[in-house]
Amino acid sequence: MIDVDDKSSIIRMFHVHHNYGPKKALIDITLDIAKNEFVFISGPSGAGKTTLLKLFYYGEPVSEGQVLIDGINLARIPRKRIPFLRRKFGIIFQDYKLIPSKNVYENVALVLEAAGTKKRLIQKKVKRVLRLVGMEDRVTSFPPSLSGGEQQRIAVARAVIGDPKIILADEPTGSLDADSAEIILELLRGVHIRGATVIIATHDKALIRATGGRVLHLKQGRLETSTFAEKQYDDAIF
Amino acid sequence: MMTLFFKRAIDDILKNQFLNLVTIITISLSILIVSAFFLFFINTSEIIHSWQKGLRIMAYLQPELSDTDVRQLESAIQALDGVQELRFISKAEALDQLKSQMERQSSLFENLMENPLPDSFEIRMVAASDSWQTIEALASRIEALEQVEEVEYGQRWLGRFSQIVTLFRLAGYAMGALFFLATVFIVANTIRLVIYSRREEVEIMRLVGATDDFIKIPFYIEGLIQGALGSIIGLVILFVAFLFVSSNVEIGFFTGLFQLQFLSPLIICVVILSSMVVGWLGCFISLKQFLNE
Repeated sequence: MIDVDDKSSIIRMFHVHHNYGPKKALIDITLDIAKNEFVFISGPSGAGKTTLLKLFYYGEPVSEGQVLIDGINLARIPRKRIPFLRRKFGIIFQDYKLIPSKNVYENVALVLEAAGTKKRLIQKKVKRVLRLVGMEDRVTSFPPSLSGGEQQRIAVARAVIGDPKIILADEPTGSLDADSAEIILELLRGVHIRGATVIIATHDKALIRATGGRVLHLKQGRLETSTFAEKQYDDAIF
Repeated sequence: MMTLFFKRAIDDILKNQFLNLVTIITISLSILIVSAFFLFFINTSEIIHSWQKGLRIMAYLQPELSDTDVRQLESAIQALDGVQELRFISKAEALDQLKSQMERQSSLFENLMENPLPDSFEIRMVAASDSWQTIEALASRIEALEQVEEVEYGQRWLGRFSQIVTLFRLAGYAMGALFFLATVFIVANTIRLVIYSRREEVEIMRLVGATDDFIKIPFYIEGLIQGALGSIIGLVILFVAFLFVSSNVEIGFFTGLFQLQFLSPLIICVVILSSMVVGWLGCFISLKQFLNE
């Protein structure tokens, strides 16, 4: 039984169903993610991982059920408050979602500009975060001229620059080589240590084993199991 | 923050030069046409007004009137509303005037046995009686007087001309409204194309927590800039055309009588502001539809 007033939770879902027309994408999902937790959402392609992440940041309204983000009931959120809800998140998309016509600096700075941060502070923070992801010498480059790994690092930089409470990462290492994947993972571990809740949707078993944390396993839209993975993570749940 | 919005608006204009150029040209053409109508009305109204100011009613008297009849008639006309002053012109004085006006054709008068011209009154109206209806009403009341044979108030065509101008003015208002709507529609569609070409960017902005205002304000600034640039270009073209036309027309028709005038600074400001409103409105309509999708 979930305690509705549990202050230690940052994401809560109650009997959530989500449909795309007649297709059921998510079925009766109830879950609870604590503040500063490191959580994996695993499952095969089409299991509903990306859809679940979308429901967290109100990428789509749920068809049925309740979603609470940091105490905010998304069923009752006014349209005008959605941008402020999204500022609680740093999102790393599977396809990076960088703006091709803006350079690296502009892409990363966008989050702070949208939040109304002062120009001088934006410059300072962008410089710092690009140094963190090892892209400080590519500030004037445009995304199409960068490799997949570099684009992913920019996407991570954009996700963490606003010091969000929650980091959502959709297959963050999916298309990367081992070295690039390790860099990304280190960055995510870093923001987790600094207090953020990190939620990674992935079907990469190696990534889960290397990191550890709670694993929510989805199968055909249903939440099958919720287990803790250390080094002894069980292959059977994939 | 506004500096950032301006910078984004300017960047957007430079990155979408073709679409922005189409919008600016559309606005400038609309402004050019509407302002040209406006300029025409201003100048024709001035011409009519100056002609009306110089208008006199001439009342030609019945032949063989006695002095008493003339004096009675003078009092009767003087008593009418709208009459400022009147002057009796005897048939002899009229003939003298005619002779002095036609000095070169003096031979025409040599064999004249008797004076064919009638006695007349030249009637000047009070300043307020400058509407065409007032002049017409006064003339018909004078014509109804027994001692008056005929009334002439000069350019009867002036009435018809002013009616035609009024008709043009109404057509101009209708055209102005149509051009306004058409321009808003074209600007809205151009902005819609710009937004659709950048829908992914707008979507990403929303995902990273940008408010609708953060997304919309640079587009609004873009619309205002397009409107301002479009109107300035349209007005500059109109001014060049005006210089060309006025130098030719004044020499041909109005030498010394009337000077064609361009739009006043106030009207120019109103035109530019209206054009900016058009640009903004086009953006507003497109963005409202797009962001609500």
